[in-house]
Amino acid sequence: MNGLLAALRKELLLQQRGAAQLFAVLVFGATALLLFSFAVGPNAELLRRIAPGLLWLALLLSSTLTLAESFQSEMEMKALEGQLLLPASPAALYYGKALSNWLQLTLLGVLLVPLMVALYDASLPRPLALLGVIALGAAGLSAPGTLYAAMTQQARSRQTLLPLLLFPLVVPVLIAAVKATALLMHGDPMGQLRPWVQLLGAFDAIHWSLCGLLFGRVVED
Amino acid sequence: MPYAFLALGGVLLLAGSYIGLFVAPEERYMGDVYRIMYVHVPTAWNALLAFTTAFVCALAFLWKHDFRWDARHEAAVEGGVVLSGLLCIQGAIWAKPTWGVYWDWDPRLTTTAVMFFAFIGILALRRFVDDPVKRASWSAVSTIIAYVDVPIVYFSVRWWNSLHQMQSSPETVSAPFIIPLRTNAFGVLFLLIGLITLRARLALLRLENELAPPLPASRTALSAEGSR
Repeated sequence: MNGLLAALRKELLLQQRGAAQLFAVLVFGATALLLFSFAVGPNAELLRRIAPGLLWLALLLSSTLTLAESFQSEMEMKALEGQLLLPASPAALYYGKALSNWLQLTLLGVLLVPLMVALYDASLPRPLALLGVIALGAAGLSAPGTLYAAMTQQARSRQTLLPLLLFPLVVPVLIAAVKATALLMHGDPMGQLRPWVQLLGAFDAIHWSLCGLLFGRVVED
Repeated sequence: MPYAFLALGGVLLLAGSYIGLFVAPEERYMGDVYRIMYVHVPTAWNALLAFTTAFVCALAFLWKHDFRWDARHEAAVEGGVVLSGLLCIQGAIWAKPTWGVYWDWDPRLTTTAVMFFAFIGILALRRFVDDPVKRASWSAVSTIIAYVDVPIVYFSVRWWNSLHQMQSSPETVSAPFIIPLRTNAFGVLFLLIGLITLRARLALLRLENELAPPLPASRTALSAEGSR
């Protein structure tokens, strides 16, 4: 537990000192949102309807940058190997990094929401519930994403590999998060929100435990 | 031994396809189009079987640290990717005349496509990692995660699409259709076993070569190595 707290503290410190990085990713996500509207055309009704999907696509695309970046600094001067020599379990390292990535992705998602509201004229009747859905979805991206970033940052052609491995895996996150967000924005007359949130929760529970279990085998020498 | 499996699989596949094409009766609603079922369904069963084999091999590698399991794992993933790729193509060919479109967001079809891309990513990962130990454990870890993910993908797509349509394929198959179906299923199975065995053997040979490269025989070999 101490190891986890120390790892999390280190990650948060890194994030705080590298706040420019978060800003750059945010600009990337904002650009993506802008580009989507050009691809769809200036049809306000259509844009409003597909706004939840576009928000999650922008977050998914930006997440690969955040996730890859989180292991970039570990590769410099063999920092990762140094940490593995410390008396902390690899699982603590993993959860520290996954939690910090989760916070960063949640923040990114929250910051993209006002932009989506402005660009696509989306309504926000339940902002707190939306925050919950963003947090659950970000957790689903962060758990496998952190594990795969640890692998791909050490491989050749890493920029291609991370999305190649991550995107098929997070299809359930994308489906459930988009559905839940759409139900929050456009109303939920059939009471369908609950199963989608449960699906997100189940995905998170499975991947947060499985990836933590397997991380040791990824970083071992 | 693998060649015996390949031969047996080939014969069974030919026999089953012959029966399926010329002996089995026409289906009432789809006419002759349905006959693609005799390769489609066996492909589906065996693709799942190949990925299950890959999952078991990945677990065995992580547990035993034996590179023979890594070789089998690689072979099984490749077999599964080939079969699931074929499955998507066959599905599209069958869907066009019966559903009117090549692609439908049917849970099984979509899950197969997701599975295909997930495991192709693992093959790509293997190509881009030079260290054999890391390559083996990373791809084993990825296979385990991807395999666990498959049922979640299936259920999420099923829920997602549940408002649009019910699944349309009949689950019950009457007796005259069963013989060619079973024959072909075993045909593809034996082909798969033969191919996986051969591919695993190849992977192991490559690995031995990688771990203990043959010493250069002369200066020319050295300079050739240097200029590469």
